[in-house]
Amino acid sequence: MITSLPKLLGATVVTLKLLSLSLFFGLFIGLLFAILRLNKNKIINKFAYGYSYVFRGTPLLVQIFIIYFGLGQIEYFRSTFLWVIFKEPYWCAIIAFALNTGAYTSEILRSAFQTIKPGLIEAGKSLGISNKIIFYKIQIPVAIRQSLPAYGNEIILMMKGTSLASTVTLMDLTGVAKYIISTTFKPIEVFIVAGSIYLFMTFIIHNLIKFLEKKYSFN
Amino acid sequence: MELLAFGKTGWGDELFIATLMTIAVSITAMLIGFLFALIFTPLKLSKNKFLNLIGNSYTTVIRGVPELLVIYLFFFGGSGAVMFVASMFGYNEYIEINAFITGSFAIGIISGAYSTEVFRGAIQSIDKGQFEASQVLGLKKFVYFFRVIMPQMLRLAIPNLSNVWQITLKDTSLISVTGLVEIMRQSYIAAGSTRDPLFFYSFAAVLYLMLTFLSMKLINRLEIKYSRGF
Repeated sequence: MITSLPKLLGATVVTLKLLSLSLFFGLFIGLLFAILRLNKNKIINKFAYGYSYVFRGTPLLVQIFIIYFGLGQIEYFRSTFLWVIFKEPYWCAIIAFALNTGAYTSEILRSAFQTIKPGLIEAGKSLGISNKIIFYKIQIPVAIRQSLPAYGNEIILMMKGTSLASTVTLMDLTGVAKYIISTTFKPIEVFIVAGSIYLFMTFIIHNLIKFLEKKYSFN
Repeated sequence: MELLAFGKTGWGDELFIATLMTIAVSITAMLIGFLFALIFTPLKLSKNKFLNLIGNSYTTVIRGVPELLVIYLFFFGGSGAVMFVASMFGYNEYIEINAFITGSFAIGIISGAYSTEVFRGAIQSIDKGQFEASQVLGLKKFVYFFRVIMPQMLRLAIPNLSNVWQITLKDTSLISVTGLVEIMRQSYIAAGSTRDPLFFYSFAAVLYLMLTFLSMKLINRLEIKYSRGF
């Protein structure tokens, strides 16, 4: 139990890297698609809806497998410069995670944008503030505050999602835990150690979000 | 399309059976989850601090740990645990548990944690007067729970349970690591033997989308049924 701890802690770094990178890219994707969802053009709107529907309606495992095993099959794709990125399981996993969390984030942000009181925007307009500044200085900050609790859940879900990286040969926390279990046949001990590390991360994320919620509360 | 032909030449029938397997595992897991929720929801609502702690730690641990880790625990530890119990009764042969049972049990425990939270929330948002009124009327506990609380709770719980169902359905794809032949495993086998992973994994995605779409339609009808009068 104790001997497995250093290995598992080392693997936690991989998990954290995967998590932070995919959240970083996912946030941009989410923001982009949330804005597209609010677009009045029906085609753009439907496209953004389709994106979030497909990525939320299929398991993350399928998405990783399509990106990692599937895309390499296209001959033409392998000759482009993108292949440098897509041949690495590490980047494939991050791309899959980012697209997945992006879909959920876009839904969270969209509902946050839609629940902003029209009075706030009207107030900005009557003060003669330009639309662009209203968007960046009023709508985005308010929407971020609104979506913090839901986004906190999404971060925790994504942290659990990174465990799927172990299916594409990456040695993250779950991957190493599985390796130790299958060599020592001590599933319960390893589960307790690895599970506690995950729970500890959940605890930290949960409290961080709570802190941010308090800091940015309206009162 | 040849790849999807039924019979020996294509993978159509195999994938069809695999889809049925996914549905079977999801439903079994969901039901096991309900059983767990039935045990742990009262614990979470109980005033006893110790019982409360048990209920809370179940939902916190399961919802804070990756599904895959739970599945590995059951996959590697399941038969060991069963053999340990069997050895206490004097049975010392090797027991191998069916992948279907381990898989649906692992997913069931996960889905149970989410269901517990949903039921807790639903019961807590029922008006207090309803509980008091049924006590005043002297209803038996059984009648009071099934006739008064349950219908109101279901109305509030169904929209959230549909989310739990979606999560459960998608989580079943993870059981493929234990070798149970459901959609994901079958696509893996098909992709391996035809060297056409892009097609088969995309097809698997379509199958999952179809399942989530159809189940949403069904659940919407349930929702309408249970919200009569509101």
